[in-house]
Amino acid sequence: MDTSISPGPLVRRHTRITRITHWTWAICLFFLLLTGLQIFNAHPVLYWGDQSGFDFDNRVLWIGSEDGRGFVELLNRRLSGLGIFGASDGTLRAFPHWATIPSGVDLATGRVIHFFFGWVFLATLLVWFAGAVVAGHLRRDLLMGRAHWSLLGSDLVDHLRFRFRHGRRYGPLQRLSYGLMLFVLFPLMIMTGLAMSPGANAAAPWLPEILGGRQSARTLHFVAAAALSGFFVVHIVMVVLAGPLNEMRAIVTGWYRADAEETHDA
Amino acid sequence: MPEPILTRRALLRAGMSGAALSALGGCKVLDGLSAPDHQLRRFMERANDLTKAMQRGVLDRDALAQEFQPADIRQPQRPNGVTDPQDDAYLALKSKDFANYRLQVGGMVHQPLSLSLDQLRAMPVRRQITRHDCVEGWSCIAEWAGVPLAHVLSLARVRIGARYVLFHCFDTIERSLTGAVRYYETIDMVDANHPQTILAWGMNGAALPVPNGAPLRVRVERQLGYKMAKYIRAIELVDGFSDIGRGRGGYWEDRGYEWYAGI
Repeated sequence: MDTSISPGPLVRRHTRITRITHWTWAICLFFLLLTGLQIFNAHPVLYWGDQSGFDFDNRVLWIGSEDGRGFVELLNRRLSGLGIFGASDGTLRAFPHWATIPSGVDLATGRVIHFFFGWVFLATLLVWFAGAVVAGHLRRDLLMGRAHWSLLGSDLVDHLRFRFRHGRRYGPLQRLSYGLMLFVLFPLMIMTGLAMSPGANAAAPWLPEILGGRQSARTLHFVAAAALSGFFVVHIVMVVLAGPLNEMRAIVTGWYRADAEETHDA
Repeated sequence: MPEPILTRRALLRAGMSGAALSALGGCKVLDGLSAPDHQLRRFMERANDLTKAMQRGVLDRDALAQEFQPADIRQPQRPNGVTDPQDDAYLALKSKDFANYRLQVGGMVHQPLSLSLDQLRAMPVRRQITRHDCVEGWSCIAEWAGVPLAHVLSLARVRIGARYVLFHCFDTIERSLTGAVRYYETIDMVDANHPQTILAWGMNGAALPVPNGAPLRVRVERQLGYKMAKYIRAIELVDGFSDIGRGRGGYWEDRGYEWYAGI
């Protein structure tokens, strides 16, 4: 197979609503993550169940310190000397000051910013969903048809070999990963967040129930945040490898230079 | 010709947004938001009004907080904040096992009250096993016993126009230049009249322990722990709280926490 793919024409890849929601989410997730770490720092222990075990042990994760040295305890296995976790720059705190907003210890302000961007995040998701349904974005670009599932394996191999196709439409792996983000991780983030709200709990007690309890919901919220951070890293690596200028132009202006041989079959 | 301009612009934007993000994260650009009167902070705080409006307007405003089973009580209730008040008036009451304690109910009521613990215990009792959620993030399940606040308010006959129940507490939580700062809290009439809002004198089958607020604390089960004032000295019905403390409705609210703590 010919490895040199000749550049094709510019195609209009992303609608305005996709581009605006993309960048709104980027800003929201940045603030949500860093204020989330501020909130986590107020009690840097995660548990499984309804409540936090002080006289019994249902800890899942604990970032603490002993004798001025930080440690991470994951499922009762303690790892120390991990650098920034538990102690950094002479202060005992789970996540370091450069990873939290505000940089100092300020739970109240972290919560104000977190809930503000939480609402923006939710509103953006609703706008995007409505727009995606109306414009056919879901059906056209995200739905995994039988053909996409069957090509998923070879698409994955191509990605691992750093061979990227620049089609008019998303490839199978893109559809799957974006679909998981939008329809699994984003809703999970909102559900686990609401499941921590005592007010929302009263109105919908089934919500913490299906998630394993309020403290389980808090743990899952953290796990989902870690997964989103992982997605972000892979996303950026893919953009850089696939051609950062072309990808960046597409998500800013909408115009994308597709590969020549793929432009007619879309 | 247009293409290089586009890509250069894209590159520039990518570079600028990258620089902006690292500046926000690494530096202390956003630390100004910690100031309570920062305009952007004030704007962002309005999201909490939306939260309250949603929980009160869209969700069921009379919904009960989840109640648990006796088997779910697996540990003593974890105390937080002040756990052993050293105020003279409190110590004097504590030394006599609160026999001389009187809950004062006043403000915008037709019938001010002064109630002993025995009188409070003789009133209708509600027992509930609920989960206490601290703003820090932890939760703890305990059984609470007390008289519904709505019952006490009905005896005092609240005047029309009263909008908040203000809890005055015994405990000094902070010493400032102007003197001792005592804990206080406010809740509105929706929460005050909620069936699970009780003035608790008992916990886990015994008298309310000192670390958890003896002799009397309030339970506001659909909000976070800091709303549930401990060591209650007096209850005052008010039509506003702008002239109390720093005017935000509670000790922690005065320090930046949201008044409506349902989230």
